[in-house]
Amino acid sequence: MGEKVLMKGNEAIAEAAIRAGCMHYFGYPITPQTEIAAYMAKRMPKIGGVFLQAESEIAAVNMVLGVAATGKRVMTSSSSPGVSLKSEGISYLAGSDLPALIVNVQRGGPGLGGIQPSQSDYFQAVKGGSHGDFKKIVLAPSSVQEMASLTSTAFDLADKYRMPAMILADGTMGQMMEPVELPEPNAKSFDKPWALTGTKGERKHNIVNSLYLKPEELEKTNFERFERYKEIEENEVLYEEYLMEDAEICVVSFGITARVAKNAIVEARAKGIKVGMIRPITLWPFPNKVLRAAAEKCKAFISVEMNMGQMMEDVQLAIECKKPVYLCNRVGGMIPSPEEVLAKIESVNEGGDK
Amino acid sequence: MQSKRVTLFAGHYGSGKTNIAVNYAFYLKNLGKDVVIADLDIVNPYFRTRDSIDDLTRAGIRLISSEFASSNVDLPALPQEVYSVFDKKGESAIMDIGGDDRGAYALGRYADYIKNENDYEMLFVFNKYRPLTPTAEDALEIMREIEAACKISFTAIVNNSNLGGITTPEDVLSSVDEAERLSEISQLPIKMTTVTANLVNNLNGKISNLFPLTLQNKIV
Repeated sequence: MGEKVLMKGNEAIAEAAIRAGCMHYFGYPITPQTEIAAYMAKRMPKIGGVFLQAESEIAAVNMVLGVAATGKRVMTSSSSPGVSLKSEGISYLAGSDLPALIVNVQRGGPGLGGIQPSQSDYFQAVKGGSHGDFKKIVLAPSSVQEMASLTSTAFDLADKYRMPAMILADGTMGQMMEPVELPEPNAKSFDKPWALTGTKGERKHNIVNSLYLKPEELEKTNFERFERYKEIEENEVLYEEYLMEDAEICVVSFGITARVAKNAIVEARAKGIKVGMIRPITLWPFPNKVLRAAAEKCKAFISVEMNMGQMMEDVQLAIECKKPVYLCNRVGGMIPSPEEVLAKIESVNEGGDK
Repeated sequence: MQSKRVTLFAGHYGSGKTNIAVNYAFYLKNLGKDVVIADLDIVNPYFRTRDSIDDLTRAGIRLISSEFASSNVDLPALPQEVYSVFDKKGESAIMDIGGDDRGAYALGRYADYIKNENDYEMLFVFNKYRPLTPTAEDALEIMREIEAACKISFTAIVNNSNLGGITTPEDVLSSVDEAERLSEISQLPIKMTTVTANLVNNLNGKISNLFPLTLQNKIV
């Protein structure tokens, strides 16, 4: 680890990507993620990398696909409406088994929505979010430090499993400034025999493609891909447990809302309420096992998120509806306050809340 | 500390301009002046002068800010009221400029008014702990880009080197050399070193022209 610097979340993602060996960035500006592009525009020319502002999000994601096919680390970033435009390309990346990083610094929706922070693209991120059967690895940072460290993780996982990975942040995470210890340059090298690097007449040419003329073949690629997904669900789940040893109420929250929830949990503990938190760091694969285990000990769950209860459904699935799951949410660019979360914890502790 | 009628705060984005501008407005107000603060940031719609509107209003400081600042729309608009800064010469005016050259273009529109009146200072806010301005040379490059964009030259430097909430007195002390080098290569004086109020006692006597930042916008 190097020296500490004061960074915005967006900048931390950009610098960490460069340190992870990403020398190609294609994007299109949109608030509140524009600092990623701005940072890349300043840095890439100085280090021999590529920054390209494409004519549209659709163009940018297809440029990402092109570079990904050569086996180079590549990324794009956007915010909610822009990610919707990129979703066709993300499906093509998945269908072509190509690693790439997509960053979504979410804002309020649906539609043009607004520019204030939100977590309402949860479904879009973890349930495919485009056409076809596919998954992407989705990481949810909760500090500027994690914006940096999970960017390296995302590149490594994408390369390891040959699939797109996403950083799912929000406007506040992107804009807020915190001290960060940047990772040392850490471009891990992965064997990529499939990459289009030129045959030099010495090997059979590789084909990167998502079109299959025979349905039997297309079915086979889908089955194989889902075998790989099973392996990821088994091996790559990341989460943080906070004060869960004796917890009777389990808060589940990710990203910015997990920070708010932590403050509320400290307050609730001071009032003698046994409450803890499971913070999913990977939203896909989701930490099903630890939640299922918590359902044996806890009497209730509270999902704290900035959407209408999207992750709450995954919590219910994970715990097989063994215990009630309550929702504590704000939407449209609003952030729940620690007081609101505390009030919800108290009412659930007193035997329910509707 | 000497002040001019118009004080402009500009610099690299995220260097601390808005926070310092708001604190400087309170400083001038406490000296008994009539104070107006104008938000000219059309680049970043998050973390704006308007976030301090309650404190400013209570203190009787006039705020000029786009009605779209800190709202849900991303409209790079400037209110016409900005021109009142150049008519009401009885007021001390503070102008908070957007980050980098991109943010400073908006100021260029008022450059002639400011230069004709010739009672201004333009302060470059420097934080050596920001990733793109670790050295005096990096900062000077951004300084020159901003000057080219807004057509006004800087007159002094504000050393705001900090690491947010974990800043120690040593972090501030160890930034002094770089700030002084910036002063040397830019030929501009250091007007002040800004630190959060809790560090002032530790640094008194070790750094001249300390300026305490008492008002802090805290996020989650």
